[in-house]
Amino acid sequence: MSMTEFLRPTRRALLAGSAGLLAMPSISYGQSDVLKIGHLTPRTGFLGPLGEFAVQAATLAAEQINAAGGINGRKVEVLFEDSVNPQTASSKAERYTQRDKVACIVGEINSASALAIGQVVQREKVLFINTGANSDALRGSDCRRYMFHTESQNTMMVKAAGRAILDQGLVRGKKYYALTADYAFGHDLLRVANKYLGENGGSIAGSDLVPTELTDFSPFLLKLRQGRPDVVICNLAGAQVTNFLKQYSEFGLRFPVAGFGFDTALAWGAGPGNFLGTWPVVWHHLLEAPSAKAFTAAFRAKYNRPPENQGWSDYTAMKVIAQSMNEIKSIDPTKVVEHLESGAKFDISKSREGYFRASDHQLMMEMFAITALPAGQARNAYDIFTASAAMPVSSESLETMAAAKEENACTFPA
Amino acid sequence: MEFVFILEQVLNGLLIGANYLLIALGLSLIFSLGGVVNLAHGAFYAIGAYLTVALAPSIGFGGAVILSPVLVALLGLVIERLLLSRFYRGDPILSLLLTFGLAMVAEQSLRMIFGAAPVPFSIPLFLRGQVFLGEFIYSRYRLLILLVAAVCVGGLWLLLKRTAFGRVVRAGVQNPDMVAALGISLKPYMTAVVMIAVGLAALAGTMMAPVTGVTPTMGAEILTFAFVVVVIGGLGSFWGVVCAAMIVGVVRGLAAYAFPPATEAAVYLLMVLVLLLRPRGLFGERIQRFE
Repeated sequence: MSMTEFLRPTRRALLAGSAGLLAMPSISYGQSDVLKIGHLTPRTGFLGPLGEFAVQAATLAAEQINAAGGINGRKVEVLFEDSVNPQTASSKAERYTQRDKVACIVGEINSASALAIGQVVQREKVLFINTGANSDALRGSDCRRYMFHTESQNTMMVKAAGRAILDQGLVRGKKYYALTADYAFGHDLLRVANKYLGENGGSIAGSDLVPTELTDFSPFLLKLRQGRPDVVICNLAGAQVTNFLKQYSEFGLRFPVAGFGFDTALAWGAGPGNFLGTWPVVWHHLLEAPSAKAFTAAFRAKYNRPPENQGWSDYTAMKVIAQSMNEIKSIDPTKVVEHLESGAKFDISKSREGYFRASDHQLMMEMFAITALPAGQARNAYDIFTASAAMPVSSESLETMAAAKEENACTFPA
Repeated sequence: MEFVFILEQVLNGLLIGANYLLIALGLSLIFSLGGVVNLAHGAFYAIGAYLTVALAPSIGFGGAVILSPVLVALLGLVIERLLLSRFYRGDPILSLLLTFGLAMVAEQSLRMIFGAAPVPFSIPLFLRGQVFLGEFIYSRYRLLILLVAAVCVGGLWLLLKRTAFGRVVRAGVQNPDMVAALGISLKPYMTAVVMIAVGLAALAGTMMAPVTGVTPTMGAEILTFAFVVVVIGGLGSFWGVVCAAMIVGVVRGLAAYAFPPATEAAVYLLMVLVLLLRPRGLFGERIQRFE
């Protein structure tokens, strides 16, 4: 059989098949007893280490939601996909909405991919909760009516670690050298960091954009040494942070380190004696709030390690969705959006409840700064830091941590 | 003063080059003799690193440095006999697909066994510290890496140039049919070459585990660079690969100095330039069966 003969019937069958599909719209999906949620996050590449926590936490949350009766009596089924890069994220988000008819999409870490998913859900009118992308632009110029954020925005990260290093005397009248991940997230973070440090009396000793695939930091460590800053500001992302920490301690540089881009798993992965400096986190496993302890215990029991901030975010997003849909007894995305915009309060495993700010859909919540314990003082591989008290203090409005509306204006496109 | 800093980057770049060398040499060797573009080479590097992390608590870092490459070489033996050996004379695209698949299987297996998060591992206490050379600072541990790389390169060169084994391998690279006509089977030589090559990759992984994030993707990350080094150096050329590794290290350092966002891109740009001017690489030999 020649190649063309072989292909002919297949092609014809394909044609007939697709015609059949077209003639048969969504009837086959209909109302079933299963409610699908599409989870989409990087599981490979330089953000893959964080995606793993996201997937585990979303799995745990779905189990707990189903054990408590599901959503409006329906069982929750979470579909998982690796978002890889913005192009793939966009096409997989389309597949989730068009083929799988998911009730909502949860996940993402890469700011550029989150932007792509935001465009899809805006078009398809499906809810998307961003659990890991920090870029302020996603809450400002690129905000979308159907996109909400349990992940903190860059401004919140900068203010959390910023307040801590301000107290340590590392900002006012000091020179900083910034290393920044060279993509959407980093650029946005650098802008916010420069603004904050500048307003508080810091000045720039040096600033480099670092390619995301870079694994050897030695050329930059030599530059840091040459720049002689008072503090090194690390705006890196994903695996970059681990490599930076390992090699910074290898080269024995003595400048104090602080970072605005951080995930606890990356510090755990650096190994004993390599973690140093002060960093912001949206959540950490040593929190004492009862719901935080319950989440940590359940995660530990299932996965044999504590959850970290990325896990918290996906867990929280799942719980927010379930609670909202159960409260309004509907899965209609527009109604859920209205409910979230109404200022509904959620227990988010911290001492104060959180709510979504209607103006930019950012979850308003407490933030924390963590500081590495000196080498040799860590009790185990996970408890390697001391944490600040929650920021802001309980008498302050939660909104003081986020970008002011006029700083990061969001006008939802129709 | 500016000159001193540039010199510092050049010196550092030369030392960094050694990191790519152990992987690039093996890659070049397998291709020149077997005609196989081994896309799974980075996987052996990653497996070497993970084995080190797993073995070090029980047998120490020193023990792992020896045992991990040996175990990976044995893994190479199995894979060469069962899989690779079927593809030496076939269409190169087949071995390309096979090794690409192997690389993905290896990466995902590591992810399933050890998780996607970086596995913690640090430089042993007795190897920590820095060396100062005037203004220049270097990590003591990296000097050890350099030493190990130098010994391996020297050893490999002697093996290829000064032994009967090496003569057969070199003849096999140039003209396998003639070698066969002389009644020498290249089969065991190919097995040995693969074992040496993947063992060296694992050794590189072992040495790099304390100073780089141990993640499932580490193999894919280093492989691209190793390829660029082989392409720039020229296939079949031992010293071409050695020189290319150093040049790539220096170019990276200078790019980081002059225009940081292009630190990685500069290396690819260099490769394009070399290919335009010298399509066989800097020192590439004319190998009849690859033309």
